[in-house]
Amino acid sequence: MRNAFADEMLSLARQDPRVVLLSADIGNRLFDKLKAEFPDRFYNCGVAEANMIGVAAGLAQSGLRPFCYTITPFITYRCMEQIRVDLCYHHLPVTVVGTGSGLSYASLGGTHHSCEEMGMLRLLPGLTVGGPADAPELRALLRDSLNQNGPVYLRIGKKGEPQMHRDVPALKFGQSIMLREGSDACILSIGTVLPVAMAAAEKLAASGISTQVVTFPTLKPLDEKCLQMVFSSFKVVATLEEHSILGGLGGSVAEWKADHPELNARLVRLGTPDEFLHLTCEQEEAREHYGLTAEGIAGRIYGLIA
Amino acid sequence: MADTDIAQLNKIAAQMRGKVIEMVAASGAAHLASAMSCLDILVAAYWRILKLDASTAAHPLRDRFILSKGHAASALYAVLAERGFFSKDWLESFATHGAPLAEQPAPGCAPGVELATGSLGHGLPVGAGHALAAQIQKHDYQVLVCMSDGECNEGTVWEAAMFAAARKLQNLTVVVDYNKWQATGRSNEVMQLSPLREKWAAFGWKTVEIDGHDIAALIDALDRSKQEAGKPTAIIANTVKGRGVSFMEDDNNWHYRVPKAAEVEAAKKELGLL
Repeated sequence: MRNAFADEMLSLARQDPRVVLLSADIGNRLFDKLKAEFPDRFYNCGVAEANMIGVAAGLAQSGLRPFCYTITPFITYRCMEQIRVDLCYHHLPVTVVGTGSGLSYASLGGTHHSCEEMGMLRLLPGLTVGGPADAPELRALLRDSLNQNGPVYLRIGKKGEPQMHRDVPALKFGQSIMLREGSDACILSIGTVLPVAMAAAEKLAASGISTQVVTFPTLKPLDEKCLQMVFSSFKVVATLEEHSILGGLGGSVAEWKADHPELNARLVRLGTPDEFLHLTCEQEEAREHYGLTAEGIAGRIYGLIA
Repeated sequence: MADTDIAQLNKIAAQMRGKVIEMVAASGAAHLASAMSCLDILVAAYWRILKLDASTAAHPLRDRFILSKGHAASALYAVLAERGFFSKDWLESFATHGAPLAEQPAPGCAPGVELATGSLGHGLPVGAGHALAAQIQKHDYQVLVCMSDGECNEGTVWEAAMFAAARKLQNLTVVVDYNKWQATGRSNEVMQLSPLREKWAAFGWKTVEIDGHDIAALIDALDRSKQEAGKPTAIIANTVKGRGVSFMEDDNNWHYRVPKAAEVEAAKKELGLL
């Protein structure tokens, strides 16, 4: 995914002279092409993330379209106030991209995990929050970032995520895409955990439960049209995210559902619990630890329907 | 510069101090002494340095002035109104219900206000962004950031200092309003601030230390900072908190105190306004 990010940034820089990329001492060699072609449009801001966000605000106030990039916990938790005051309070068109989100860097320990940041960031007024599932979704949302007149946050993976779309989908912020049709249960999935949702639907089908899968790449604004439809049509709607069940997609949808008591579908929130992960493990094992596997998810949904 | 010219600017600064005292007395806003310590810096900048006036307040090529110490907004508002950026009537309603001018500046609250400040340590990173944008877009405007000494406690100030030096942002100038106080104590005791000039020099900045109430010295230092090649400039402006009114000077109670009617009158007499 990060290679697609670098490639798409190069393409956006070619199309739009306002595009400037800032990184915080990460992505060694990743941006070599962009640097070579546009030496004055890439800046390594050093291990100083908060300053990077402020610099981006100044660039945006002067008419440029900055993108800021580094590892998720550092560009989010550490910069909360800069994102809030410099970007959101001033409603500036800056795109903040966190790489290695969720449990991508499980093996590096809790300092590098980010299972709370979507919940924290979505509270900020005027901030668009997205989590693409694969490289094509990332490319679509990066392109749409340039259509926004306010700040954007994107949480992305690291590398080697399975590609779920053959081509770049016609996807804008606030939209979702149905990838598998079903009639009993529906999984709304945000981010790179999408292949697990597809595998879970396959398992459920084998048990006679028809499961729809929707990739739901924008946390804010929510695709309310989709929510209205799925909560009217299915017995069970599951949210799936590599993020805490508090505050993220599950939290957002639960809040939305509280305002729609007439809709009968049962909501189940699948994600990480309200705890730090202390297990030494890789991302795959971390997902297993939290039941974010095809078996785990199918089991939860099966239990609610059968 | 002719002495008469400086005398005129000193008179304007006294009038601005009187205006700020009235605004604070009427509204009950805090931070009077902080506003008074930076007023000469603002007068030097807005009357003699910045290529900026009411007609160019939103022009892409304007010089930028960022008051990073947003708690001194009353001083900025008084100066902007005097320079014609907006009606002086706005000063009368300062910090009252529904007024355009809040105690600390909101985004786009008034022409000439570049940034919503009040949380310290934001002005320099954003100012560095404006300065870098000039470099990228090959513009030659100047960016001036006025900070407080207490603000130098914030880590982002030093992140931005390293960044600006690395990027050779020669069009960026910081004036530190070094009044030796922060909210609850001496700025050299709460944190080890001293030696302040040497700190900025060690971070790769051209530095100069002056009397921050000597308007001629301020104009000279700000003028020279424009000509500095390859480095941003830090002007350490030694100031007195509450400057201009004997019973407020260097008394940190006036960080929060609001003057009573008799004190307003006494202050204005001292400033030669009555």
